[in-house]
Amino acid sequence: MAGKTLYDKLWDDHLVKQRDDGSALIYIDRQLLHEVTSPQAFEGLRLAGRKPWRLDANLATPDHNVPTTDRDRGVEGIVDPVSRIQVETLDKNCDEFGILEFKIKDQRQGIVHVIGPEQGATLPGMSIVCGDSHTSTHGAFGCLAHGIGTSEVEHVLATQCLVQKKMKNMLVKVNGKLGPGVTGKDVVLAIIGRIGTAGGTGYAIEFGGDAIRGLSMEARMTICNMSIEAGARVGMVAVDDNTINYVKGRPFSPTGESWEAAVKYWRTLHSDDDAVFDKVVELDGADIKPQVSWGTSPEMVAGIDGRVPDPEQESDPIKREGIVRALKYMGLAPNQAITDIQLDRVFIGSCTNSRIEDLREAAAVVKGRKVSPTLKQAMVVPGSGLVKAQAEEEGLDKIFLEAGLEWRDPGCSMCLAMNADKLGQGEHCASTSNRNFEGRQGFGGRTHLVSPAMAAAAAVSGHFVDVRELMN
Amino acid sequence: MRAFTQHQGLVAPMDRSNVDTDMIIPKQFLKSIKRTGFGPNLFDELRYLDEGKPDQDCSERPINPDFVLNQDRYKNASVLLARSNFGCGSSREHAPWALDDYGFRVIIAPSFADIFYNNCFKNGLLPIVLEESIVDRLFQEAEAEVGYQLAVDLEARTVTTPSGESFGFEVDDFRRHCLLNGLDDIGVTLEDADLIKSYEDSRRKTAPWLFGAGS
Repeated sequence: MAGKTLYDKLWDDHLVKQRDDGSALIYIDRQLLHEVTSPQAFEGLRLAGRKPWRLDANLATPDHNVPTTDRDRGVEGIVDPVSRIQVETLDKNCDEFGILEFKIKDQRQGIVHVIGPEQGATLPGMSIVCGDSHTSTHGAFGCLAHGIGTSEVEHVLATQCLVQKKMKNMLVKVNGKLGPGVTGKDVVLAIIGRIGTAGGTGYAIEFGGDAIRGLSMEARMTICNMSIEAGARVGMVAVDDNTINYVKGRPFSPTGESWEAAVKYWRTLHSDDDAVFDKVVELDGADIKPQVSWGTSPEMVAGIDGRVPDPEQESDPIKREGIVRALKYMGLAPNQAITDIQLDRVFIGSCTNSRIEDLREAAAVVKGRKVSPTLKQAMVVPGSGLVKAQAEEEGLDKIFLEAGLEWRDPGCSMCLAMNADKLGQGEHCASTSNRNFEGRQGFGGRTHLVSPAMAAAAAVSGHFVDVRELMN
Repeated sequence: MRAFTQHQGLVAPMDRSNVDTDMIIPKQFLKSIKRTGFGPNLFDELRYLDEGKPDQDCSERPINPDFVLNQDRYKNASVLLARSNFGCGSSREHAPWALDDYGFRVIIAPSFADIFYNNCFKNGLLPIVLEESIVDRLFQEAEAEVGYQLAVDLEARTVTTPSGESFGFEVDDFRRHCLLNGLDDIGVTLEDADLIKSYEDSRRKTAPWLFGAGS
């Protein structure tokens, strides 16, 4: 019999019941909650007279709606009344049901996918859900982490289980070594460019290969975060020393004997050598260049030395129509050089790229330089209050401020523009976020997905440049 | 949940692939703490020419005459014909809520994004996967014939055209069972409460670090 994949192991360890019809009950170790996708779930519990199954499995924080300035006034400081009600509703629900929440003024508040790992609330081998598609982020720790809808949030609150059908296994292997200036973000954009936004639909993706093994936990989180942009609900990386070292000593992490037992188990969380995957995709790390998205789907990417495609060269009529529509929306011309795309704003943040390493990489590029006067705005939004504090301790805030970037308070911010941070119509933004859909960052806004280093390079240049040229 | 057994309705063809959930319901409308009322803002950025705001009266807004749902012939459509990877992106269940609130009961496409597909079943909305070549034909027929309707039978798992031609489709037994009977799947899961408890007890012994922290 063939060995097991990491996904197989995680599935088996969380299987409560396999039903005859192919569906299964999977036990959930951790649910992360935020204000946007939870109110209707709590309301559902209330209407049915149900209580949460296990309180200590839950952790909540407001992130999508929170302002990134003037946070001293807390919830009262949220100007938009509709946003304020949503954040207040989360507070009320957590208080009523007894769920631990890092409220808006708590230094531990931040983007759910940043605070889980930061607190050790995300531990290797856990099954984790959140009403947010970027929950795949936590797979970087060898977790089975799914994004779910609000009905499922309610289901997990009420039963501690998720109804699932087992997915197929895909291995995305990035061989060799990444070149300088090439980051986890570039790797995942290149992968999505290769397999497409539906390439991973129905699969749990494990990212492996020497290039992945050589990456920090932050970079692995960036890669797993965007699994969903390749269509996969679940993305994972096997546990190794990096994983265990990252988890050690965090507030929710085990200690003493419990730690030793946990580490022993965590060491088993990798695919067996003879495991069989339903699909294998291989990339050579050395071939990956800094990436920039030019269109309105994350698969529409090019290397920094590339050009916007010419729809005339596309033989598939549906794809051709997609390119024509994207170029029209983005205001770009066929064959335009990526480096000729002029920018209006730069956003460094989001659950994809707002961790300390991301901020260090961006700061290293802008240090001693100035934001281009052609830009309307360049902003840095740390992923959590603790990331912010750490960055300030390292003096990164001063580097950003001296270069002319804004230094904000933590939240999802301009990744989806639910708060006040958004693009104006027709504005081009170099963004370290995860989605370049039409209107995502603001009505009529034009998003280009890049790494933090590439966003920083764009900020000081006013257009896209190869960050490697600034590193010499 | 509302049960779904059979449905016959007018078809609206939406001819673009990779329709994401941001497009189905833009973020400014996710601030609602209710499950209803999203219909007027379904496909907001495609449907109207201005920028939509929450709690706005949409009847006065300038509409985009080119958008399929704004054409008279597709008024009151309840079957959405779509292209591949429909519902990709954000997990927001507000997307099926908006489609449902607008009046759609069935969405037919060559493929759906996983989370969206799953969310539909929780809301009495039936997503149907048909082969690309069949979907192509349905597009041609729906565009050619004003008032084109399809009949869907979940029990028999068929989609039937006005000419009487039927296409079979696949759907998981569990999802089909819940939808046919309008079952609350939390109730179904809780029938196994003892199993969940015994799993939990055994995990508490083998992996104690998963319990207690954070409370």
